Amino acid sequence: MRRLPEKDVAVVGLGAAGGVAVLPLAEAGLQVVGLEAGTRLTARDFSPDEIRNNVRAWPFASQKANREIPTVRATSRHPTSRGSTHPMMNGVGGTSLHYWAQSWRLNPWDFKTVSETTRRYGARRIPDGSTVEDWPFGYDELEPWYDKVEWEVGISGQAGNVAGSIHPTGNRFEGPRKRDYPMKALRWNGFLEHMADAARGLGWNPFPGPAAINSEPYQGRSGCRYHGFCDRGGCHVDAKNSTAVTTIPRAEQTGNLEIITRAVATAIEVGGEGRASGVRFIQDGEEYFQPAKSVLLASYTYENVRLLLLSKSRLFPNGLANNHSQVGRHYLSHHQHAPVSALFPFDMHAWYGLPAQGVAIDDWADDNFDHGGLDFVGGGNLWVMSDRKPIQAANMSTFGRVPSWGSAWKAYVKNNADRFHYTYIQRTTLPYESNRLDLDPTSRDPYGLPVIRVTAQFKDNEKAISDFVQDRMVEWYRAAGAVEVQKGGEPNAMPVSTHAYGGTRMGDNPETNVVDRWGFSHEVPNLGVLGASVMGTSGAHNPTLTAQALAWRTADRLAESWSAIAG
Amino acid sequence: MAEQRPKGISRRDLLRTASVAGAAAAVGQTGSAAQEPGTASARAATYEHLTAEEAELLEAIADHLIPADDNGPGALDAGAVHYIDRSLGGAQSGSRDDYHSGLAAFDRYCRVTRNARFVDLEHTDQISALLDMQTGGASGARVGFLGSSAALFSMLRAHVLHGTFGDPYYGGNRDFIGWKLLGYPGPRVSVTTVDQRRLEAGELEAEYQSAYDWDSFVRSEDAEDA
Repeated sequence: MRRLPEKDVAVVGLGAAGGVAVLPLAEAGLQVVGLEAGTRLTARDFSPDEIRNNVRAWPFASQKANREIPTVRATSRHPTSRGSTHPMMNGVGGTSLHYWAQSWRLNPWDFKTVSETTRRYGARRIPDGSTVEDWPFGYDELEPWYDKVEWEVGISGQAGNVAGSIHPTGNRFEGPRKRDYPMKALRWNGFLEHMADAARGLGWNPFPGPAAINSEPYQGRSGCRYHGFCDRGGCHVDAKNSTAVTTIPRAEQTGNLEIITRAVATAIEVGGEGRASGVRFIQDGEEYFQPAKSVLLASYTYENVRLLLLSKSRLFPNGLANNHSQVGRHYLSHHQHAPVSALFPFDMHAWYGLPAQGVAIDDWADDNFDHGGLDFVGGGNLWVMSDRKPIQAANMSTFGRVPSWGSAWKAYVKNNADRFHYTYIQRTTLPYESNRLDLDPTSRDPYGLPVIRVTAQFKDNEKAISDFVQDRMVEWYRAAGAVEVQKGGEPNAMPVSTHAYGGTRMGDNPETNVVDRWGFSHEVPNLGVLGASVMGTSGAHNPTLTAQALAWRTADRLAESWSAIAG
Repeated sequence: MAEQRPKGISRRDLLRTASVAGAAAAVGQTGSAAQEPGTASARAATYEHLTAEEAELLEAIADHLIPADDNGPGALDAGAVHYIDRSLGGAQSGSRDDYHSGLAAFDRYCRVTRNARFVDLEHTDQISALLDMQTGGASGARVGFLGSSAALFSMLRAHVLHGTFGDPYYGGNRDFIGWKLLGYPGPRVSVTTVDQRRLEAGELEAEYQSAYDWDSFVRSEDAEDA
């Protein structure tokens, strides 16, 4: 094993979270090394090709992540299965290269779910078996970092609450923000305007969602071209603000960030005093040790948990930072299932656009409505977008009207390919005692290391939310004139997800949390964890912006308290 | 086009010809398949990974899934089977066994239950046999399906759709047949607000090309393998 020169900070993974953390560290003058399992991709790699992006799941194929796909079971009494693709990718920029780039702040309620639910509905409203806790701080604590990421990475959107002043064209339910988004929201097309009108007719509050996509030229890069290949596609004009085109190159320009690609981390080492001493990794079959004064673990939720559990030592026999048996606990993945689809009696002209271009409804999210007569807590964000590609269009539901092949089917899709719509709904999902991650006893990656096993299922609270918000979506589609509306089902086991949370939860109590309020391990003070694995609640919105704000905050803390944490 | 065959020659006869041509191609002979461009036999001559029998069967199935009819050309004309054949040498090489065993099992199923190979069945019997495959009923007959026949059907349908509606770079969607069928106005690298308004007004001209006709994109490796 080759030992490399020591660095101040080793960041494991240069995706959405690690990719922002390197900038404040490098700007503070710390010597940073980023260990990234993937390679560098450019705009030339991102062709408008549905076969490549969506059918063959490029560029996920042949990736490191694909060799360590987690196994899944609903409970310990259910059989275990394993899928064929990992939802995330490796690369400088990670999954932020090709994600939908919806960039939401969490609602203030998401930080204080336990206390706010108890205050409004009584403590018995917290579902049985849930391990949910209030975050160790409220929305106001994170606001400055939300703001920083929105302006440094570049988010387009329409503010709804600037310093307490409500803007009716934005999200009136959002927490107060100190200023507007740096860019106006992505445009709406005729169909989206139509859906917004229908929502207003119901007395709801439609608004355009926030996205890490340039709605106009920003920081020297192009505005969005709306060409329709954004879903699972990187941007051909660098208008999608992945960390690969925003924070990472700026960190490199300081001269303080070294990036090692094709570096597959296999363990975090600890020294005699129980402090992290560096990272072991394999590159092209050669094993290396990268010593560092501080380690920031910034791969995805599954791999964050796996690397900790695999990093066993005399002081941490059950895995690093796991002497309280909390690594892998409080896991949840966002309930994005149970979709609603619809058929309209007119063409939507939705062939061009992107998933982040759409109409949001937050009237039924979080605690934005009275749950007094209901049997659940939380809610869902309704999202109507403009995203259609030919193969996807041909696979539209036929609502039981015609068979799925033959002349009748062909006539149906010919008439209706541009009249089909489906909704993306994200719902509050809580952590439960019985939902967790651990190492699979039999499935291994090519290095012989066990993969993660997901043991998790949606519970009654999540199913009740799901039913409730599905009905709201049906209402909306009907109000907009849909002639067919269909509700989809939900899986029993939580599938491997792009919205996976917990496993290294953040909180003040070391008995129930892996990292402290700043993101550093309660047990290993110079080990920080970045990403949604530190989040204890999901809210009803995409996790990335919150994960990035938290990562930036952890990096700021490390730079400001360098001698106390790493000295 | 499949529906432009001469009167008096059945689809079955054409497919038989295709089978012979495919077999000839498989042993390296050329010339015997020289028919009008676009006929089943000409198509069959170009297969590399499917055997002649498999290609004949798969063409017949694809022709049922998306037939040429009053609504225009179908999967065969789009080259969907050609797309599948190429993909079996590249991105879908992991599916080769599923194709070989699955198609053989389905043909056995047709012989056991309907006393003829699929391509020799009457049109209505072909449809009922395909429905048996789609519902999973065919795998109950113990004719060698590795799993449920429904899984085989799903795979075949998915790949036929990919070969009809995907980027022509991969060997299917010939003459942009699939995109025209759906009314898709074609891939673009930029759609301005004005373009979107023109689309909504029915005034945007369709523009068809492969993603790789723009030289700004790195060509997909899995297509070059195929």
